[in-house]
Amino acid sequence: MLRLDGLSKVYKVGTFGGKELHAVSDVTFDVRDREVVSLIGESGSGKSTIGKMILRLIPESSGMIRFNGVDISTLKGGALKEYYRNVQGVFQDPFSSYNPIFKADRVFGMIREEFYPEMKDHEWNDKIDSSLKAVGLNPDDVLDKFPHQLSGGQLQRFLIARALLLDIQFLVADEIISMLDASTRIDVLNLLADLKSRGLSILFITHDLSLGYYISERAVILYRGCVVEMGSTERIFDNPLHPYTTMLMAAVPRLDKKWEQVEVELKAKQSEYTGGCAYYERCPLADKDRACATERPTLIEAERDHFVACRKL
Amino acid sequence: MSLQVENLTVYYQTLKGRVRALEGATFAIADGEIMGLAGESGCGKTTLGNSLIRLTPRMRYIDGSVELDDEELPIWDAEKMNPFRFKKVSIIPQYAMSAMNPTRKIGKMTAELLESRKVSFKATLPELKRRLDLVELSHDVLDMYPIELSGGMKQRAVMVLSTLLNPSLLIADEITSALDVSTQKAVAEMLVEFRDREFVKSMIVITHDISILYQIADSIMIMYAGQLAEKASTNVIIHFPRHPYTKLLISSLPKVGVKHSERRLAGIPGKPPLLLDPPAGCRFRERCPGASERCLERPPFIEIEKGHFVACWKEFEKNA
Repeated sequence: MLRLDGLSKVYKVGTFGGKELHAVSDVTFDVRDREVVSLIGESGSGKSTIGKMILRLIPESSGMIRFNGVDISTLKGGALKEYYRNVQGVFQDPFSSYNPIFKADRVFGMIREEFYPEMKDHEWNDKIDSSLKAVGLNPDDVLDKFPHQLSGGQLQRFLIARALLLDIQFLVADEIISMLDASTRIDVLNLLADLKSRGLSILFITHDLSLGYYISERAVILYRGCVVEMGSTERIFDNPLHPYTTMLMAAVPRLDKKWEQVEVELKAKQSEYTGGCAYYERCPLADKDRACATERPTLIEAERDHFVACRKL
Repeated sequence: MSLQVENLTVYYQTLKGRVRALEGATFAIADGEIMGLAGESGCGKTTLGNSLIRLTPRMRYIDGSVELDDEELPIWDAEKMNPFRFKKVSIIPQYAMSAMNPTRKIGKMTAELLESRKVSFKATLPELKRRLDLVELSHDVLDMYPIELSGGMKQRAVMVLSTLLNPSLLIADEITSALDVSTQKAVAEMLVEFRDREFVKSMIVITHDISILYQIADSIMIMYAGQLAEKASTNVIIHFPRHPYTKLLISSLPKVGVKHSERRLAGIPGKPPLLLDPPAGCRFRERCPGASERCLERPPFIEIEKGHFVACWKEFEKNA
């Protein structure tokens, strides 16, 4: 369905844009039909940047994103509109996704103006009703209200309903539940799982491993813009191979297990691109004088459907 | 008993009326206890934390008393609280990352802070440096502006500052929420270390993330819509909760190893009541699967087993 090929994003930073920040470097993975892929990483790992590039909110520096075989950077006009009919995103903060001085249903109205100007009123209302019901909202409770009259969970489901109006095939869900309360979180997560069974593919961007495990078939672990490990969620979680993944698994607070005595490196992260392994500075296994510092490791298939980018394995 | 809170009630004054953010909180924290305070956003956990040290302008003290080390805290009087703040009670505020003065170097800011409490900066400096070592910060940070530090470093710097005068009670409000998992772990473990080294006698760790509390807290108190729901040792809250809200909350949390396709977790239907005019009786009543007539009356917060407090009529009946 969606394929990322050697995707990179370089930002110019510094006073005169003299320095380069590699937010995403050489990321390759694909999302198949009816599949949820978790993109897991800490802040600054480039996970949201990837989501934005897929939604064409920012251009890629190099590499290619293909949607059903078509390079999306070539899309213009009608073709681009058609792309947005298929691919939509929902973001982290439901409160700032709305204009507070308009009623929340305005997001639906804008979709109608843009994509369905021909549709009759009653058809349109039926469509809204069915897509609100699909996300578990009662239309009478939520329509004709201002954003502040709805809860975070409701607003977030509202945005998913908006995406569903377009019969989308692919949803970019960028940290969509991190601002929600624990008791409503799981409902939105279950909703995503239901949508998947209705034929949707989802890129689920998160920093929370347990959420990623709950919902996705495959996971991609990012560190400073590089894919360090990817493959089937179970294989990665049962048998994490990359030292970064191992550290992450050990550091995540869990309800079923107390923290073990694992040393967490607190060294300041350096943002300069050295050309070597992204995890080099913090890695306990790294060879301090050889290849790790200078050569970028490539993803190797360690077992079936489980890839890892580390020289030391 | 280090901290003893009796019937603490604090409302917010708004144009529409009083928001009953905290009602009838009665609990105690022992010496050396790290108590986790958890609940959904808007349940009053930050209000409880703030009311123990400083009432913000819109907060109104209504009722109740707070005793710290057998001494009454005059929390209703901002002036009289001054001798206690920083020395006896200290807080690491929510968004600690922006808690520091951006126009002062961290060392200068600390000096001013200490002077305001009539403590000599020079005499404290060796201890300050020792504690910076402990949280793995270089002494150079004293000569830096807050903007030069990363989020995790600022967080650790604020931790050292807040606890510099060895307060009896430390309130840590959502201090790990904005951090990366690896930094989160380090900061949480430092809290425990501060307690073990007796920099701080007891602690209230406020967070919405129960899994963090499971790692570091001795006991956990759960709040719902401005009232206390349950308090017990960490193990009991996680594995043998008694209040229906706690039960539903704990069972709705995804864990590594639980997959949607194998076990579908359920959320809690409904949403918390508005605290401007909350319903009488148990505030969880409308969402509770086991609610009955009895719940129209507010359940007291009673110790049903040693160290296990619950506010639920159903549980009292089971115990009777």
